[in-house]
Amino acid sequence: MEKLYKFLKYTFIILWTVFIVAPFLWAISTSFKDFQSVNSKVTYIPWLDFEPTLEGWRVLVKSPARGGVDIVEPYFNSLFVTCTASLISIVLGTLAAYALSRFTFKAGFVRNNDITFFFISQRIMPPIVLSIPFFIFLSTIGLLDSLIGLVVVYIVLLMPIAVWIMVDFFNRVPKELDETALIDGCNPYQAFYKVVLPNSIPGLIVAGMFCIIFGWIDFFFAFILTFTEVQLLPVKVVALNSSITPWWSLSASALISVAPLIIVAFVVERYLSKGNLSGALK
Amino acid sequence: MNLIGENITYKPDDQFHLNDVSFNFKKGNLYTILGRTLSGKTTFLKTIAGLLNPDSGNLSFEDNDFIKIPVWERNVAMVYQQFINYPHLNVYDNIIFPLKQRKISEDQIKKDVEEALKTVGLVGFENRKIQELSGGQQQRVALARSLAKKAKILLLDEPLVNLDYKLREQLREEFKRIFTQGLSEDTILIYSTTDPQEVMELNGEVIVLDEGKVLQKGPAKEIFENPRTLKVAEISNDPPMNILKGTKSSEKLNFENILIKSPPHFKNLSDQSYNFGIRASEIKLDNQGEEFEIELAEISGSETLLHLKKGESNVIALIEEVMNFKIHEKVKIKFNENKLYAFDQNEELVSSPYGVSHG
Repeated sequence: MEKLYKFLKYTFIILWTVFIVAPFLWAISTSFKDFQSVNSKVTYIPWLDFEPTLEGWRVLVKSPARGGVDIVEPYFNSLFVTCTASLISIVLGTLAAYALSRFTFKAGFVRNNDITFFFISQRIMPPIVLSIPFFIFLSTIGLLDSLIGLVVVYIVLLMPIAVWIMVDFFNRVPKELDETALIDGCNPYQAFYKVVLPNSIPGLIVAGMFCIIFGWIDFFFAFILTFTEVQLLPVKVVALNSSITPWWSLSASALISVAPLIIVAFVVERYLSKGNLSGALK
Repeated sequence: MNLIGENITYKPDDQFHLNDVSFNFKKGNLYTILGRTLSGKTTFLKTIAGLLNPDSGNLSFEDNDFIKIPVWERNVAMVYQQFINYPHLNVYDNIIFPLKQRKISEDQIKKDVEEALKTVGLVGFENRKIQELSGGQQQRVALARSLAKKAKILLLDEPLVNLDYKLREQLREEFKRIFTQGLSEDTILIYSTTDPQEVMELNGEVIVLDEGKVLQKGPAKEIFENPRTLKVAEISNDPPMNILKGTKSSEKLNFENILIKSPPHFKNLSDQSYNFGIRASEIKLDNQGEEFEIELAEISGSETLLHLKKGESNVIALIEEVMNFKIHEKVKIKFNENKLYAFDQNEELVSSPYGVSHG
């Protein structure tokens, strides 16, 4: 029984891994092919089946005038917008979450839970509901088709995630930890950054990861809030046309688009398994 | 120069957490707060620490108005019942945390930490992570941090309650040693607990707290010998003191149709109804005694606790050996009448085997 279970378990894991990894391998191998290797016959293994070439990757960095597609600028645009918006969302979101977790607010009928729900409700709405208000808002303040405008919009989208994750995280950090810091001579600000924050790194990493992922993959707002001046990577990649851009370049662009997410996932996985708060309570 | 509280009241919702509490704590003394769960012990300590501000009343220390001083400037130390340490720091850094906050010189810090580690018996654990320590060791770190700080007010909130039985016994012994040797004459030590035995062993000044109200103050011995009310008698004994409703008529006491000779210390009591109190340890198995039915028998350590019933009366007897009983079995017990307490209908103590020392 034990052996059968183990056998089934590993069979499933292996099959699933193949299912997930195969497209990547296929894309990687295609991205190093040239016209000959793609169109003549079925080939898989570089050097053995075909001669690898960097032609597909070179197209990505060449300007359109020279027959390339130039995704370098959209790539850095996307990196800038995602990282800036994530960073600001995490900083503001963490502060908001700490306040919501530790202090009691009363304003009319509004309580802490209402404020938390207000943040989260921004994510409950379908994004399309926000598209027109955002469009009008950005055009009014003259930030349509600009990086700063996109950063502002992405903060609205990402901060609720940060608040949501961090409120939940801080609620699980015992209040006695803050109190002990106060008793040990920290003022409330010192208690926050000397004691609470260092113990919140796992939460910050999770929140950061979600912000980066949701920021990086957003297509909708990047599509409707930009025209010609600024282009983000998802929009650019979608615009690539297989009848103009060759397959090997499409594979390369797909790979380079998901690369940051894969790196984020690996880094985060290491941190998550290491850090925990078990020593704080009991 | 003392820590003085006057009429402190704290009522955050419709219940009193502290109700008109007054006290005068002198330096170099140990005070224990005895009370059941939710009796206001933690609120009491947090008020002194400054984590809570009372709704009314005064709190002063060394002739300063303590309420105006924020927590982080009060120079108090507190050990919680949960083992609260800084999980991101190792043992050494945990202990020096409050010292660094107060900008004490490196040499002094080193000396203080060494001393504190020695006192709590954690020498050699300096570089361990908090998560690698057992519960008892974690609580020692918390205590070491409080001791190294050399605070003038040291608060311990049920520090042993989350430990297992054996460790609790061991640490309680050590606490006694630490409190008698390791503390300076400048320190006021306030220790809260639900466990009457801890109170007796620590042998300090006791404050009995219930529903935020001070029921009785005095030395541990006094609380044990002369609990002023029925409630104090219940709180300050574990198992709680047995209370039997009965009457005294001439030289006999009568409860549940059991007749007992009135003890000498009852001779001044008038003939009327009383609540008689007797400790579980003053009830003995005796073939000449009264028949009771066993409802429950629990063995704890080297003792057996018998929950007995006769008519409407329930009593708990503490037998000082391990014996096996069957439930619903009948046993005969005898009450030691020389250790009987009498409380009047207002639940106030009127006669005790040790003589009532108050009016």
